[in-house]
Amino acid sequence: MTIAALNSKSVPAILPGSGGLRGVLSDLFWRQPRLLLFLMLLPPLLWLGIVYIGSLIALLLQSFFSIDEFSGLINREFTLKTYGDLFQAANLDIILRTVTMAALVTLASAIIAFPIAYYAARYARGRWKALFYLGVMLPLWSSYLVKIYAWKLILAKEGILTWLFGKLGLLWLLDGWLSLPIVGGNSLSVSFTGTFIVFVYVWLPFMILPVQAALERVPGNLVEASSDLGASPGQTFHNVLFPLALPGIVAGSIFTFSLTLGDYIIPQIIGTSRLFIGQAVYSQQGTAGNIPLAAAFTVVPIVIMGFYLWGAKRMGAFDAL
Amino acid sequence: MRSDRGQSAPLGLKIAAACGLLFLHLPILLIFVYAFTTEEKSFVWPPPGLTTQWFAVTWNRPDVWEALSLSIRVAAISTAIALVLGTLCAAAVSQTRFFGRETISLLVILPIALPGIITGIALRSAFALADIPFSFWTIVLGHATFCVVVVYNNAVARFRRTSGSMIEASMDLGADGFQTFRYVVLPNFATALLAGGMLAFALSFDEVIVTTFTAGQQQTVPIWMLEELIRPRQRPVTNVVAMVVVLVTLLPILFAYYLTRDSDQIAGSGK
Repeated sequence: MTIAALNSKSVPAILPGSGGLRGVLSDLFWRQPRLLLFLMLLPPLLWLGIVYIGSLIALLLQSFFSIDEFSGLINREFTLKTYGDLFQAANLDIILRTVTMAALVTLASAIIAFPIAYYAARYARGRWKALFYLGVMLPLWSSYLVKIYAWKLILAKEGILTWLFGKLGLLWLLDGWLSLPIVGGNSLSVSFTGTFIVFVYVWLPFMILPVQAALERVPGNLVEASSDLGASPGQTFHNVLFPLALPGIVAGSIFTFSLTLGDYIIPQIIGTSRLFIGQAVYSQQGTAGNIPLAAAFTVVPIVIMGFYLWGAKRMGAFDAL
Repeated sequence: MRSDRGQSAPLGLKIAAACGLLFLHLPILLIFVYAFTTEEKSFVWPPPGLTTQWFAVTWNRPDVWEALSLSIRVAAISTAIALVLGTLCAAAVSQTRFFGRETISLLVILPIALPGIITGIALRSAFALADIPFSFWTIVLGHATFCVVVVYNNAVARFRRTSGSMIEASMDLGADGFQTFRYVVLPNFATALLAGGMLAFALSFDEVIVTTFTAGQQQTVPIWMLEELIRPRQRPVTNVVAMVVVLVTLLPILFAYYLTRDSDQIAGSGK
């Protein structure tokens, strides 16, 4: 046996064990890799399991409690009454509004992201490539609130955008847009248009990165072959590039969709008084003190995202992340 | 090899890409102009005049300093916890195959994949159920949970590039497990961990959604900014703080990029 050979004096290269507790532990981990694995996984799993999953389960359980309408106290008995409340017309409105906004934001992000991602993936080289990468990374990591604040400055009635429209002689266009129902308002910073622009701005980098990753994998000669075979640029895009970029777009849309569904700060600062899901959760748990309804509301984005992720997985989006 | 080297892009694509990048960057640059404006009451453009007096005013505001100090302490401790937990998890997941491995990666990513408001309200209701009063540590608890994923992503990517044969060689040459860790594993991972730590710090420093649920009456810098956005007290001071925050978060990002620029992974992906 090799072990016998190793232990015999004819192999002097083997060093003696380092001894002491350290040596014992080192040998133990070598012989029992599972023990080491267990010890390595224990702290992160305890943390995530107790702090995170524990809290999530506690939250979901509370959605099956109800609130006593007279005393405002939480009645800790199993009931589906809270979910009944969730499906009132006013709440369905909130859900529908949020999902529509999330879909529009996702669509717009995909359209704006595509040229940036395509240029960075196919044409940018060396220094330019690094510049594009940082050009997406820096806005992604810049402070979320500062970005919203910047848009508050831009969209304000006395702000730079109104000034720009005035200089270009296009104020009638801005006023015309603001006088439209639903998308309009007193100024851009208190309209759905403003909310939409800020959502697109804040989540755009999350769309660019996966689309770029997907496009990096498209060989350039595929595009050339398509044009050699007589396809117009439009046809090449439609039949070659777009299908190959789709998993990346779907991967990016996971972020833009999920982040829009759960955000409550952007519509609160730039937007109308009509609520989004995040704001509804926030006001239910805060001022209204109705934790069960707030918990039931959080189930909505979880369920929507569950379906979304399931669909995305079937389209192969996770390979593009 | 690609055959498209040296080919230049169609003009339309160039313009669309340039406009997209401008859209991403101009709003942030605007913050820098507003930090110097003399206008106090509104967001009027163009600024009626330029001044540096608001920097002095901001410097003398104790509430800004308190918020900054709290943010830095929270970010430092959360980053330390995330570094330990994220590295352990990444090592376990990438070095061995075992049942439930995929579930663990999902578990780590979940706090980032689900909307922040869910994490926030879940933690808050858990604190309420367990009668834990809001404190410094309740903020850290939330932050460390979602910072783990950033460290984890960076460490996993580095593990993928490091071949296991180096560890085996070290063991063959007589190093015990701890020596191998100290002299082989750690030097290889130092930059990945530093980059992950930088990003975790930036993430924690900037976090607002979860923090609103776990901070109680305490104010971190983002909470302070949120208060100013909802109930403005002194707009020029907010402008200056916003500019400083942009600069403070810029440095760790650039440094993290510098540390990981030669590797095959994206340091910031999966924020």
